[in-house]
Amino acid sequence: MALLSLKNLWVEYGEKVVLERISLDIAEGSFVSIIGPSGAGKSSLLRVVLGQEKPTRGTITLDGAPLPAECGPDRGVVFQRYSVFPHLTVLGNTLLGLEFSASPFTARLFGGARRAAVAEAEAMLESVGLADSRHLYPAQMSGGMQQRLAIAQALIKRPRILLLDEPFGALDPGIRKDMHALITRLWREHGLTIIMVTHDIKEAFSLGTRVLTLDKRRHDPHAPQRYGAAVIYDLELTRKAQQVHADAGADEQAEAIGITIDTVGNN
Amino acid sequence: MRWVTAQPGRGRAILLGALPLVVLAFAYIVAAAARHSDNVADKILPLPGAMAAAMAALIFEADPLSGQYLFWADTLASLTRLGLGLGIATASTLLVGLVVGSLPPVRATLGPLVTAIAVIPPIALLPILFIVFGLGETAKVALIVIGVAPFMIRDVAGHIAALPREQVIKALTLGANSWGVMLRVALPQAMPRLIEALRLSLGPAWVFLISAEAIAADVGLGYRIFLVRRYLAMDVILPYVAWIAILAVVMDFVLSRGSRRLFGWAHGAAH
Repeated sequence: MALLSLKNLWVEYGEKVVLERISLDIAEGSFVSIIGPSGAGKSSLLRVVLGQEKPTRGTITLDGAPLPAECGPDRGVVFQRYSVFPHLTVLGNTLLGLEFSASPFTARLFGGARRAAVAEAEAMLESVGLADSRHLYPAQMSGGMQQRLAIAQALIKRPRILLLDEPFGALDPGIRKDMHALITRLWREHGLTIIMVTHDIKEAFSLGTRVLTLDKRRHDPHAPQRYGAAVIYDLELTRKAQQVHADAGADEQAEAIGITIDTVGNN
Repeated sequence: MRWVTAQPGRGRAILLGALPLVVLAFAYIVAAAARHSDNVADKILPLPGAMAAAMAALIFEADPLSGQYLFWADTLASLTRLGLGLGIATASTLLVGLVVGSLPPVRATLGPLVTAIAVIPPIALLPILFIVFGLGETAKVALIVIGVAPFMIRDVAGHIAALPREQVIKALTLGANSWGVMLRVALPQAMPRLIEALRLSLGPAWVFLISAEAIAADVGLGYRIFLVRRYLAMDVILPYVAWIAILAVVMDFVLSRGSRRLFGWAHGAAH
């Protein structure tokens, strides 16, 4: 059975239809990349899955149970920016998830419980390569380090699904490559299920096991808001076999199926 | 060298900052000396010696009528009122600002009320306060609270409401409830802003304190200034004003230093 199921999902803002008839089954352990031009509702789809927004129509089920339209610890998220808390150190940011669930009233841990949580957080920081930076504040770190922290912070909750909203869009190309290696390693080691929205078509193909392209199927030039975007391409990549060639082949693959993509960030 | 990029060093900045003060003091002494050469008994611009003598009587000698050292009694009374007023204003800002800033339904409910109170000139409420609380300490403290709290609440609540939406979403995905978001996300980030709002409120708070003391009091810095005005006692008024300025500067300095020490993350790389 699919881990996450979207059935006939519509998202409308008043007259404007953003997404229409989205039906998807996402299997456990898959790495789904979502691409598409600006305004095609990529981020809307992510927000709906995250629970930040309620779909106008349709249902979402996680493990067969309907998903409440609220953010919860079963879905982790990393945004392009503002994912980490500026007033907490690296360690504090990572501990926060453990503290929230352990003590709903004070949202803090003390004594032995805290020591155990610190050990867990430090292990997580170790695995994202921030072990030596645990006492730094986010403002003292580069964008890449902040995203590493955001990933560690989300993963410590062991979410069923990790949602990434253009997580590497603001990073330098070299750093981005390191981050690709990191997220791939974490995905394998932790057996994660990841949904990633990206503008970078190469990134979408090289990281994903499945690439979804959102765009409008129909277009009314007199009323552009009439039709929403839907999944126009749904490509399963046999990633494990093609791992070595995936990087090189991504662009050609994209060109072959004629996907148009914008290169300008929209958030 | 261009003026817009010329950064004076630390020593030079202190020197430059002291220059206008020295010039002002010198200009005063010249003007005072000129007036005294015309009229030895001039009261409008007293010479430093006269000011020192007048202040020494207030600082070191007990008042024969009340047995109090007036300067210290005035200072203590004024600082108590100011401290109480600012303390209550800060505590209520923390409470109301946090709730109004982080919970949109509460913001919709209380926001307009806070705005409405904030636009009323507090001095216009002073008669009401005197009628309700009498002429004692309560009315003076209440004036300071009503004068500065609405501004502080609006400032802090606005700052919390403007925190990136992503932070709230992220906290919820980390298992927080609304209380957790307020306690661990909104509150710590509001603290440096609260201190900033308090610093900006020091000026208005002094205005309300002096006004209240001028109208109805029997002790206090503002009371003394308005009392001795009847005798044209500039030799007391000027040192008192200088003393108020020193107190205000020290408070501002302590708050600014405290914020940097406690909330280094909010002050750039200086930690």
